[in-house]
Amino acid sequence: MTLPTLDLVVLLPQLIVLTAALLVLVVDGLSGARSWLLAGISLVALLAAGAAAIWLSLQPGEPRRLQAMAVADGFALLFDVVIVVAAVLGVLLAYQSIPRISQQVGSYYALLLLAVVGMMTMGAALDLIVVFLALEILSLALYILAGFNRSEPRSAEASLKYFLLGAFASAFFLYGAALVYGATASLNLEAIAAALAGGSRSPAMLYLGIALLIVGFGFKVALVPFHMWTPDVYPGAPTPVTAFMSAATKAAAFAAFLRLFLTALPTAQPTWSWALAVLAAVTMTLGNVAALRQRELKRMLAYSSIAHAGYAAVGLVAGTAQGAGAVLFYLLAYAFMNVGAFGVVAALERAGEYDVARGRLAGLSERQPALAAAMAIFMFSLTGIPPFAGFFGKLYVFGAAVAAGWGWLVVIGVINSVISAYYYLQVTVEMYFAAPAAEAPAAAAAGKKGRAVAKAAAPSPAPEEGKAAPAPLSRATAAAVLAAALGTVLIGVLPALLTGWIAQAVQGIF
Amino acid sequence: MVPLSWYLVLAAALFSLGLYGALSRRNAIAVLMGVELILNAVNINLVAFNRFIVPAAVNGQIFALFVLAVAAAEAAVGLALIIAIYRTRNTVNLEDADLMKG
Amino acid sequence: MPSDYLPILILIVLATVFAIIAMALPAVLGPSRKTKAKLEPYESGMVPYTDARRRFPVQYYVIAVLFILFDIEVIFLYPWAVMLRQLRLFGLIEMAVFLGILLVGYVFVWKKGALEW
Repeated sequence: MTLPTLDLVVLLPQLIVLTAALLVLVVDGLSGARSWLLAGISLVALLAAGAAAIWLSLQPGEPRRLQAMAVADGFALLFDVVIVVAAVLGVLLAYQSIPRISQQVGSYYALLLLAVVGMMTMGAALDLIVVFLALEILSLALYILAGFNRSEPRSAEASLKYFLLGAFASAFFLYGAALVYGATASLNLEAIAAALAGGSRSPAMLYLGIALLIVGFGFKVALVPFHMWTPDVYPGAPTPVTAFMSAATKAAAFAAFLRLFLTALPTAQPTWSWALAVLAAVTMTLGNVAALRQRELKRMLAYSSIAHAGYAAVGLVAGTAQGAGAVLFYLLAYAFMNVGAFGVVAALERAGEYDVARGRLAGLSERQPALAAAMAIFMFSLTGIPPFAGFFGKLYVFGAAVAAGWGWLVVIGVINSVISAYYYLQVTVEMYFAAPAAEAPAAAAAGKKGRAVAKAAAPSPAPEEGKAAPAPLSRATAAAVLAAALGTVLIGVLPALLTGWIAQAVQGIF
Repeated sequence: MVPLSWYLVLAAALFSLGLYGALSRRNAIAVLMGVELILNAVNINLVAFNRFIVPAAVNGQIFALFVLAVAAAEAAVGLALIIAIYRTRNTVNLEDADLMKG
Repeated sequence: MPSDYLPILILIVLATVFAIIAMALPAVLGPSRKTKAKLEPYESGMVPYTDARRRFPVQYYVIAVLFILFDIEVIFLYPWAVMLRQLRLFGLIEMAVFLGILLVGYVFVWKKGALEW
């Protein structure tokens, strides 16, 4: 028997991050938590992994493969970069707030790094077994991270909800994978495509399998009927976790979603693209309409992230190389702008608080002008106003969909962007034009809906609320918000830096 | 030998049972048990397909092994989360987990 | 062939019928005189002193959960052990890496005091 040769360089970014995760566990276990050391190891490892991914993507010649299991092509490596961006910002945001809510700082960084390993592997996977393992590695880590605030019952509840629905969705994904295996006699994505090229022997089993796979992925990226967990989990999880998972999980799930459907199932595209188009339309609309009514920032951003999953799915519906590249660009832009927006929320948060009422933003431009300016950039970018990153993200996604003949879907997407402008721009208006005193009635109004806010608002006298001293902004949080704002502006001003690279990278998955 | 379709019917029945359990039960642990039933249905499918469609390969069986191991990890995380909830709320009934309604 | 299972089916039917007969005959033929001692739960002749359905503390649940985790990983050792001779050094190194990762987890839970109760 010949022994397999393993080209482990393919997994170099993952191996760096995994080693760092184990190192964090050992350091934390043996020496007790030194917060700066653990955060430092995590940051260095993430940056090294990002550098390794870029180095690998610059290698000439055919992409390297680890047997038929994983591949280090431009597509996987660019998604690695997106995930690293979200994770670095997530570590920076966590530096101040996690030690306040938990003793287990080491576990936090280790779990975050393990989630990153899973996410990076999602994009690189060439086999359904690897997709499943990566999905579970990232999910299990995130279930725990979502419930990291042990003193807050809502955090535990959020994580239980996320876990039960997530386990349910994983089971659906698995059943779908098993049926596809039965229909094509293979678990390898390329072999599945080859088996389907000659027509499927059992189309009923194949389509049922594809439907179940869509359910599994739809849950992870929060497409509408599988989004129910998002509005509860995003506010319930600690803000740095929400920031990280909102961008990175979406990127990872879309990476595997794109590769699985475009590499393995292109012959079935006429069927699945219609199903996805309907889901995308419903997702955009429901996410935006629900976000309109929210008076709390994290909950509003949760619904907005559902809507953005819908926009990104439009690129997948197109099913072309242009569409896949647009999704990649969109998710990179989204990583900067959305993590940045959650970073501002983290900066405004008070100790022991569950969600930040929108009224807190009133007069922010006078109290913390830099923070307000950053938030304005993120809101403009999320709306899709040029010259910020979000605009080009939407432009490319919608452009790809039009080119592939999905005009009606793009019309729905544009209408939704207009709807979303209402609540995003309202945030900006509140920061710049509302008087700070407006907070008290706003908080009271929000209190009618959530017991949480009522509890927070009731004991503290109203006048003091409005004039509360600006929370001391830690250097790590400030650095994260600044980096996110710079990224959002830079991608928006110079999108051409990336588009050529991305267009080349996505060729690998077809 | 028992034909493939029998295994598929058995797996589909297990899947339906697990689905019903996960959707109808109010107890978090019972929901988890429903999910585990679905995973076992998946394993039956994987091993049966492996045996009948590609008897020379073992990838279906390997997949089943991974599913087993991951299911155990999932159960461990899930039970820990349920205990965390129980400590603060003194219940594992999902209808009582209503702090975030609205 | 499904017909191979016929003996098992016959056995199931016989066992069920026998059990029903064994339960039904005494109920029909024997006299029934209930006393307090006869209605008590049977605990190997001991006098029962509490209700059997009470809650008992599960302080060891952390250890139980950890046991599940470390226990189930053994299933990866089985296929490895079967193929060990063919895999040679390569297999040994792979398994060493796998067990090394498990060991890190073990050291972590040990140092965090999860194994004490």
